[in-house]
Amino acid sequence: MVLVLALGDLHIPHRAADLPPKFKSMLVPGKIQHIICTGNLCIKEVQDYLKTLCPDLHITRGEYDEETRYPETKTLTIGQFKLGLCHGHQVIPWGDLDSLAMLQRQLDVDILVTGHTHQFTAYKHEGGVVINPGSATGAYSSMTYDVNPSFVLMDIDGLRVVVYVYELIDGEVKVDKIDFKKTAATTHSAH
Amino acid sequence: MIADGVEDEEKWLAAGIAGLQQNAFYMHRALDSNNLRDALKYSAQMLSELRTSRLSPHKYYELYMRAFDELRKLEMFFKEETRRGCSIVDLYELVQHAGNILPRLYLLCTVGSVYIKSKEAPAKDVLKDLVEMCRGIQHPVRGLFLRSYLAQVSRDKLPDIGSEYEGDADTAVDAVEFVLQNFTEMNKLWVRMQHQGPAREKEKREKERSELRDLVGKNLHVLSQIEGIDLDMYKDSVLPRVLEQVVNCKDEIAQYYLMDCIIQVFPDEYHLQTLDVLLGAFPQLQPTVDIKTVLSRLMERLSNYAASSADVLPEFLQVEAFAKLNNAIGKVIEAQPDMPILGVITLYSSLLTFTLHVHPDRLDYADQVLGACVKKLSGKGKLEENKATKQIVALLSAPLDKYNDIVTALKLSNYPRVLEYLDTETNKVMSTVIIQSIMKNKTRISTADRVEALFELIKGLIKDLDGAVLDEVDEDDFKEEQNSVARLIQLLHNDEPEEMFKIICTVRKHILGGGPKRLPFTVPPLVFSSLKLVRQLQGQEENPFGEEESTTPKKIFQLLNQTVETLSNIPAPELALQLYLQCAEAANDCDLEPVAYEFFTQAFILYEEEISDSRAQITAIHLIIGTLQRMHVFGVENRDTLTHKATGYSAKLLKKPDQCRAVYACSHLFWVDDQDNVKDGERVLLCLKRALRIANAAQQMSNAARGSTGSVTLFVEILNKYLYFFEKGNPQINVAAIQSLIELVTTEMQSDSSTPDPAADAFFASTLRYIEFQKQKGGALGEKYEPIKA
Repeated sequence: MVLVLALGDLHIPHRAADLPPKFKSMLVPGKIQHIICTGNLCIKEVQDYLKTLCPDLHITRGEYDEETRYPETKTLTIGQFKLGLCHGHQVIPWGDLDSLAMLQRQLDVDILVTGHTHQFTAYKHEGGVVINPGSATGAYSSMTYDVNPSFVLMDIDGLRVVVYVYELIDGEVKVDKIDFKKTAATTHSAH
Repeated sequence: MIADGVEDEEKWLAAGIAGLQQNAFYMHRALDSNNLRDALKYSAQMLSELRTSRLSPHKYYELYMRAFDELRKLEMFFKEETRRGCSIVDLYELVQHAGNILPRLYLLCTVGSVYIKSKEAPAKDVLKDLVEMCRGIQHPVRGLFLRSYLAQVSRDKLPDIGSEYEGDADTAVDAVEFVLQNFTEMNKLWVRMQHQGPAREKEKREKERSELRDLVGKNLHVLSQIEGIDLDMYKDSVLPRVLEQVVNCKDEIAQYYLMDCIIQVFPDEYHLQTLDVLLGAFPQLQPTVDIKTVLSRLMERLSNYAASSADVLPEFLQVEAFAKLNNAIGKVIEAQPDMPILGVITLYSSLLTFTLHVHPDRLDYADQVLGACVKKLSGKGKLEENKATKQIVALLSAPLDKYNDIVTALKLSNYPRVLEYLDTETNKVMSTVIIQSIMKNKTRISTADRVEALFELIKGLIKDLDGAVLDEVDEDDFKEEQNSVARLIQLLHNDEPEEMFKIICTVRKHILGGGPKRLPFTVPPLVFSSLKLVRQLQGQEENPFGEEESTTPKKIFQLLNQTVETLSNIPAPELALQLYLQCAEAANDCDLEPVAYEFFTQAFILYEEEISDSRAQITAIHLIIGTLQRMHVFGVENRDTLTHKATGYSAKLLKKPDQCRAVYACSHLFWVDDQDNVKDGERVLLCLKRALRIANAAQQMSNAARGSTGSVTLFVEILNKYLYFFEKGNPQINVAAIQSLIELVTTEMQSDSSTPDPAADAFFASTLRYIEFQKQKGGALGEKYEPIKA
């Protein structure tokens, strides 16, 4: 059982002062094995904070990030799964699932995590899963009205991943989950 | 030579102890054989060792303690003697025959102890006799120890109320009288030490005096333990007598120590009830006495007393404690015009803490204290001294900690005035303290007036104050400061749009004075606050009967335009461009076509004129395309102009692959799912074909420059775009076109001159798999895909 925290679009301090206290109290160091962050932190303090939760931290560049040297995309393998990470402002139309699926094919990953829209989505198709963890602080977005703070926790176990989404709605943390099983046939072989 | 002196002292002490022990030995022998005469003889000889002048108080004490122990045994013997029939009166007589006065008096006190215990005479009489007789010793060190001995042996024999030695007086007057007299005499001896000996040894003398002070202070402690002293007696006789001695002795060391002693040993309720008298003594003390420390400790005690229980608070009000303390401090400061500023602030700091504890609801009192502080600070210019500024930070933090709320602190009119006197560095420290307090307590600052007051307070962070040298500030510290200001801006909010707009304007006014280094930090949060307000107003119907001055999205956009403009001058063009695009999207949602167009214009101008870095251009153009793609407010002409510009710039990016990607991204500008009038299949195809041409050119360039044609990734990407529009139903994209693309990729991949690229291979493979998936879905989609051969 490997826990992967996926979050992003915090926009601290441009659009939000801090993570919601209820989230902060849930995110305790030592419980998570990997953190993948879609970008737009925006300042180093946030990176430092995430690093305290888990040393294995992966970040891709959002357009407002203070650190300009984060990569545009990143791929990593966790257990049986290949994960891809990208902020998403590079994929036009923004939030369009078919265009995101194209990026997924390009990166050749089972799970693609992107952000930018501040809207939580999780989309299963034959090629894999496309996840948007939303905005962890509920930051303003030109694309989404009434953003609820949200983040995603993935539990990777063998060929199965359970995606838990945590949303702060009216002051209460609500949890939902989605299952995804990878068939052995979809393991990729190089040409 | 000090070393020698110490060595000598050690020798003398050793000699003294030896002599003492020897005589003690003989004394014991005499005691064992009940030989009173010899016992007295040898005890007197033993006590003669205490006649020495050679020892410092520290060493004398060692000698004294041994003598003390021996005298205890002697006392027990005396007690036995009286039981055996010897008359205590006779004994009392007998010991006075000792040759030298010091041993005589020690013996007298010892017998006196037994005399009192025997109750053959009233305690008060014996004590009176003893305390008077001790006057015989006027040498300070010897006299102090002698009287200390008297105090020790008499402690449990005072004619206190309820004590067995009470006598028929039914009052503790005599006990008090005794202790006071002993105290007075001891203090006189102690003070006399100051003037003994040459001036160059003053420091040594003062150190020695310090070693002896507890002997004097003990008397006050004893006084505080006397049961028979009630508040009235304390007020009427005890305190006045003690203070009289303290004031009249005119000795700095004694005054400081004894005032503090009084405050520490007597109960807080007494202090409250005698506040007038106590405070009245302060101005009468020597000017060199560190009154501020004593006063501060008094206020600290009273603060803790107030904090201990709510029941005691009415007492404070009844005695008008605040007014009296305030006055006293004022008088002290007036009497000592040369008091260093640190002293003044410490006093007011203690008073403020006191006020916050005792009168938490009386903001006017707290304000008064701050006002007095301001008055004293005025005319001194800004404070430079480190300790003083630290005290001011403590002074200003106290209300913040107490009220947990900057809003309440803001009600103190003198609060900002005190801040004025801080130098820039300390102002920044204080500002940070204030911001942290707000963030920790989640204080809502919800009116423009409060925002104005707050920003005045923290102006050290907001702009360069006079004399500040910005270059000296550490860059990381500066960033942290400005980021905290940015976070603060997030917390300024009011649900009511009119007030919120006022808040935004107030913040804007202040941050625009911050200079080019600060604007990139402070403008974005302000912009997003404004955009949130726009969204809020969007939801509300425009009131046709509304006033001219009411806030509308249009007004806010005007403000935004002028605000973002300031960034382009810094220069921070990428940030400004991003913010313009955000505003454009918001204007789009409000159906304000000209406003949205204007924002796009500004964005394009920045792109053309200010953004020259290749990487920045790629990001910028993608943001422009992405935003433009979502616009629904533009009419055909406007949309065409902007689209034309976007595609033009896409094709002009530096590197061919980047050009290719930007151009095929532009294809989406001509096909928007939820807008039926934006589905121009031909122009989509034109874009994709253009992208294809660029990809081809890239291949040829690569071949010419490096001898190999480079990766086929671009072709696979374009293929995917073809599939996208094919699926969406663009009639211009047919199976043939897709098929030829697939063949192109296959051929290129197998060609010798191509660079092997596993990523591109995998991409192509997953694309082909995707085609298969779609075929297998069946239905209309499956039929569409059926003819495509992988």
